Amino acid sequence: MKASTIHEPKGPIIFDIRHLWAYYNDKPAIREVTFKIPEKKVTAIMGPSGCGKTTFIRCLNRLHELTPGARVEGEVLLRGQNILELDPVLVRRKVGMVFQRPNPFPTMTIYDNVLAGYKLLGQKLKREEADATVEEALRKAALWEEVKDSLHKRGTYLSGGQQQRLCIARALAVKPEVLLMDEPTSALDPKSTAKIEELVVELKNTVTIVIVTHNIAQAGRVSDYTAFFYLGELVEYAPTSQIFTVPQDPRTEEFLKGKFG
Amino acid sequence: MSRLFYRKLKDRLALAAIVLLAFLPAFPLFHILYGILKQGLSVLSWEFLTHLPKPPGEPGGGVGNAILGTLMLAVMASGMAVPVGVLCGVYLSEYARGKFGEVVRVAADVLQGVPSIVLGIVAYLWVVKPMGHFSAFSGAVALAVMMLPVIVRSTEEILKMIPETLREASLALGVNYWRTVLKVLIPTGMVGITTGILLSLARIMGETAPLLFTAFGNPFWNLNPLQPVEALPLTVFKYAISPYEEWILQAWGASVVLTLMVLGLNLISRFLAWRLGGR
Repeated sequence: MKASTIHEPKGPIIFDIRHLWAYYNDKPAIREVTFKIPEKKVTAIMGPSGCGKTTFIRCLNRLHELTPGARVEGEVLLRGQNILELDPVLVRRKVGMVFQRPNPFPTMTIYDNVLAGYKLLGQKLKREEADATVEEALRKAALWEEVKDSLHKRGTYLSGGQQQRLCIARALAVKPEVLLMDEPTSALDPKSTAKIEELVVELKNTVTIVIVTHNIAQAGRVSDYTAFFYLGELVEYAPTSQIFTVPQDPRTEEFLKGKFG
Repeated sequence: MSRLFYRKLKDRLALAAIVLLAFLPAFPLFHILYGILKQGLSVLSWEFLTHLPKPPGEPGGGVGNAILGTLMLAVMASGMAVPVGVLCGVYLSEYARGKFGEVVRVAADVLQGVPSIVLGIVAYLWVVKPMGHFSAFSGAVALAVMMLPVIVRSTEEILKMIPETLREASLALGVNYWRTVLKVLIPTGMVGITTGILLSLARIMGETAPLLFTAFGNPFWNLNPLQPVEALPLTVFKYAISPYEEWILQAWGASVVLTLMVLGLNLISRFLAWRLGGR
């Protein structure tokens, strides 16, 4: 019964999540989650507040364990390698993240913010290489045209939506395989939200995206696959077109109809 | 109608009382400033700021050695207290979990309450006795111990104010915790940390008691950390209790110099704190 609501995606798989449990002080927030995330697609993590969406994606780059008292069990295979056994620093180089609120480094310029992934690690880039990386990342984040003349101003001078795209550029600059997005538009106005959504759809050609959203319409607009979480469990996982039209589980259907959440 | 009148009257009276009481703490400060400026300004001159003191009875002379000594003590004490204090603050804010952190925190608070003369005695036991003589170094140790708790707690508070999302932004880029502290948190909190350091400096530069049996005082120029050194508060103390008219006048002059230095540091740290709040 349960297996039938969890779809097996076709094509190359990037994340193979097996029997994942995540705890806060022995209180489980993620219960026995097993599913596969396909490469170079957008996978939306959807569900009502407090269902474990954010906890779940924070397991994928091992940020979850930074919370005091937090613990993870199970397996998260990134291209077959269990990231729970790797050095978290290495995992986070491959799996980038964008947060709910834009968080550019306030002491750094736009230019330095994009290169933060290199600079903070003490890696020196050649001048031309650095310029090229900044331009490429900002172009990918659809911010280049707006900031190309003010690269050496502080990142915090930008508007909220621009700051969020700067954070996307910062994450992309280190060329991750996966980009995690934790409700990236929840602090933004509708226009900026639309821009970020467009960007997400474009970006999937170069990087796998896992996006958390409590906005049903957003999941429908941007994602190829949708996972519906409820009370820490993965209730249903399927191609977005399928889950939105013929949900298998009654809880998914009720959520989509707006009965709770 | 008359009830309204009484209400308004009471309101005015309350306001007047509050304004008066609010002015009360400011009054001593202005009175002190007025007093020392009135007595001391006439002494101030280029000679006073740059020359060595003269023996009693001879006119002129200055407190140049004391100004240099105070600056030297401040630099040496900062050299010891700033790295230790900032690192300890980082530890409390970023790493301390559970009992040990709490012990360190309480220790810092208690240290802040230890009378400064006791710290002088401690420095005497730690440094002067083993070395066998008074020295600038031992004075700096006493002052550094006084600076520590202020720097520790202000650094901790400033780092705790930095939003968690900034730490996560750095960690999510694959930067380890220590580099995140060094390259993100400390630069972000720099203005606040500097403010704490300046405040602690302002606190120690006017201290006499910890220097009495450590730096001891020295009527000559000295830049050797292993020799006794003069300091402005010591000069004020010695001159003010002396029986000589011109020394007492010079004590006022030295008080002006000392007060202006401390006031300056306080104003700079105020300004930094204001800029920090304004961002």
